[in-house]
Amino acid sequence: MIYREAGQFKASYHADQAIFTIRQDLWFIGGLSLLALFVVPLLASEYLLQSVLLPFLLYTIAAMGLNILLGYCGQLSLGTAGFMAVGAFTAYKFATAFPILPAPILFILAGLVAAAVGVLFGLPSLRIKGFYLAVTTLGAHFLIEWVLTHFGWFKNYSASGVITPPPITLLGFPIDSPVAKYVFTLVVVIILALLMKNLVRSAIGRAWCAVRDMDVAAEVIGIRLLRTKLIAFAVSSFYCGVAGAMYVNFYLGTVEPQAFTINLAFLVLFMVIIGGLGSVLGSFLGAGFIVVLPILISNILSIVVPDAPGAVVSNVELIVFGCLIIFFLIVEPAGLARLWAIAKEKLRMWPFPY
Amino acid sequence: MPEMSFAMELLLFLEVLINGLLSGIMYSLVALGFVLIFKASGIFNFAQGAFVLFAALTFVSFLEAAIMGAENSGLLYFVACLMLTLVVMAVYGVAVERIVLRPLVNQPLIILFMATIGLNFFTEGFAQLIWGTEVHRLDLGIPDEPMGWLLDKTDMYITAFDVAAAAIAAGLVLSLSLFFSKTRTGRALRAVSDDHQAAMSVGIPLQHIWAITWGVAGAIGLIAGILWGAKLGVHFSLALLALKALPVLIIGGFDSIAGAIVGGLIIGASEKLAEFYLSGIVGGALENWFPYILATLFLLVRPQGLFGEKIIERV
Amino acid sequence: MSQGRKFGEVILSAREITLSFGAVQALIDVSVDVREHEILAIIGPNGAGKTSLLNCINGVYHPQQGAILFEGVPRLNADPAKIARQGIARTFQNVALFKGMSTLDNIMTGRNTKIRSNIFWQALYVGSYLKEELEHRRAVEEIIDFLEIQAIRKTPVGRLPYGMQKRVELGRALAAQPRILVLDEPMAGMNVEEKEDMSRFILDVNDEFGTTIVLIEHDMGVVMDISDRVVVLDYGRKIADGTPDEVRAEPAVIEAYLGVSA
Repeated sequence: MIYREAGQFKASYHADQAIFTIRQDLWFIGGLSLLALFVVPLLASEYLLQSVLLPFLLYTIAAMGLNILLGYCGQLSLGTAGFMAVGAFTAYKFATAFPILPAPILFILAGLVAAAVGVLFGLPSLRIKGFYLAVTTLGAHFLIEWVLTHFGWFKNYSASGVITPPPITLLGFPIDSPVAKYVFTLVVVIILALLMKNLVRSAIGRAWCAVRDMDVAAEVIGIRLLRTKLIAFAVSSFYCGVAGAMYVNFYLGTVEPQAFTINLAFLVLFMVIIGGLGSVLGSFLGAGFIVVLPILISNILSIVVPDAPGAVVSNVELIVFGCLIIFFLIVEPAGLARLWAIAKEKLRMWPFPY
Repeated sequence: MPEMSFAMELLLFLEVLINGLLSGIMYSLVALGFVLIFKASGIFNFAQGAFVLFAALTFVSFLEAAIMGAENSGLLYFVACLMLTLVVMAVYGVAVERIVLRPLVNQPLIILFMATIGLNFFTEGFAQLIWGTEVHRLDLGIPDEPMGWLLDKTDMYITAFDVAAAAIAAGLVLSLSLFFSKTRTGRALRAVSDDHQAAMSVGIPLQHIWAITWGVAGAIGLIAGILWGAKLGVHFSLALLALKALPVLIIGGFDSIAGAIVGGLIIGASEKLAEFYLSGIVGGALENWFPYILATLFLLVRPQGLFGEKIIERV
Repeated sequence: MSQGRKFGEVILSAREITLSFGAVQALIDVSVDVREHEILAIIGPNGAGKTSLLNCINGVYHPQQGAILFEGVPRLNADPAKIARQGIARTFQNVALFKGMSTLDNIMTGRNTKIRSNIFWQALYVGSYLKEELEHRRAVEEIIDFLEIQAIRKTPVGRLPYGMQKRVELGRALAAQPRILVLDEPMAGMNVEEKEDMSRFILDVNDEFGTTIVLIEHDMGVVMDISDRVVVLDYGRKIADGTPDEVRAEPAVIEAYLGVSA
């Protein structure tokens, strides 16, 4: 391996259960976080911050949410976009009703309301499993979309179609520059990732995996299925709600149900599957892949076919996207996280093949 | 609303019901292709939506080429385009099966589902690249206007097109049922869907059967594509029609032709009835979500669908 | 084996259980009493209904007729999770481990009924929850020591050989500190040494903790050696019930296993 892992013995159960059991991993991730937090904002361009890193972080949050529900608890849900929309509109309503609310409170409220809605639509999971549950959550998506579109109360009865959210503040300062938004989002991502990592390695995380792997056996050993599943729906929807609220406030700039289409739900599902089900790292990798891919394609295309019109570029994106999805699913259904783990194993053994 | 007599109420109800049933038949068509593939090969072909879209686009482009290139139009050319599209669909179907679905044969459903969504993306990009993004009009010569004599006699607003579509669909279902029960190939298909190994051991050529199955599914997709395309215009959103077929399959079961028909009728009728009677209270566009909620309620009571097999979990 | 052993009151009782799946009758009018601290073996030819009986005990199957009483109290509705919390643990014929997790995590799920902290503390992973988690870890490590599976602690269970998986499954059942341990063919597919190990574990558990054991087993040597009482099922009916020696002499049992000479 590049660094020496041997000789790091754990002297207590606590040390053995730590998130980073290898000291170098801790340094690596810690270093990366510090870099991202302090160095990147100074060096990166506004375009990079606003159009690449910010959506990457936001999608990561949504991907983490879906990963909890699907990757860890095994509940197939296509309601991701719907829950994001709930979070977005919750934040909007609270921000307009109580303008003094600071950003963290606003987003937490968004998450909580989305969690409640998630629990509501998670109730059928007691009787309905697998693919059928997916169709149920599809219904949840369309129902949420319809409710948000048809009842003017959500848009504060605004006459125009375009709703701009009020400015978000933290300690009195508005968060409106790309750097501010980026740093704030990054902090949120780090906190949420930590919480997720804690959840999945504790009792509830094991209960989720048990329900995923064999729910009849899980029940027989005393795990309460409905409670476990509903908690998964709640936490997952919380994450999606936060992601949705931040999405409209920091990235889109307008609040509309049309921003949360079923295609968005599919997109997040791709992130989770390509990144790796049941893995915090996978959420990051998947989100990164999906965000970077279109940029890569359009850049390559502009080199190969310099004067391609915009429509052609976006269609080629779709084609390559579709092909890559299929390719990935055939070649490595366990995703990028698994590829990363295999790579690490190979490096550990290097120069031996196995 | 003025006071309506009971007879008028009844007629109105019938009109909505019939329209619902007619649109339901259209849903059934999409579901049918799915059921066929599943019955014959055990594969969940969520790409049926992409099939429908691709078929419609191919057909429309052949037709338009005809109108632009030559003066031939009329029934003969129509049929020729149909045949040509069928060939293209067969090739497309076999390609999809070999490249996308076969490598994923033992994967969990969600992976298959995702793969076919990927296929939908691919088809959408590909189709738009070749044919552009405008909506193509598809004129079948059957007017999509309310039938005059019916309107005069009973005040019911039902178009000739819908009736024709239903008739075509009914004819299709009838011929499929006969095909499955009376012909040798049909019986072979049923044998294959029951047990591949056993079918092979009595000499049924699996590859041929699958080719036929995909061909037939492609044909159904083509008919569905033509009918839907004529009604809504040929646009990539047709691929999302497949999502509507899911509640149909849930209610009718994934492996029953009769179920696909009955499920489609139920979905279509309930959708239109709910839209008509409830939209006064809650606002319009109910049909976007009503089928799914209905399917959910259904699942809560009967998780295996109307015609599906009951699942017993063994530990 | 039964000399000088003290048994308690009847702790679990199945009364006139009848279970059918459509036209197939799995159990017909089966009544079994289980006394505390005893080792009860259920034997019978394949298809006799043994696993179905166990599944009724755990609440996975709901018999059409009859009742199951725990500590004299009849069960009103069978909720497997609630039954587990009453103190009945189970292993399965076809190893029902959670293939996506390691040995350690699998056994830790067995402790799930004892977790007291809510998820907010679990998310923070500090303070009272951390203490609880380490407590459970300690308890699980004792079981790992007991079953001698330290080496495979972190291995994903899907990669373990069958015999090892069965041992891990036993560990998961033990982690719940059950009053009744229900084992479905715990020694299937094992060689002589492994069977001896398993028998030793089962006897130790019964001896040290007083756990009542109900097990299905095909190996007659094991059954005769370790069980206090034997119940014989055949075609869904109980055909014998008594000590191993009594049962092995029953003509009905001999007929069921060996057939009647023409």
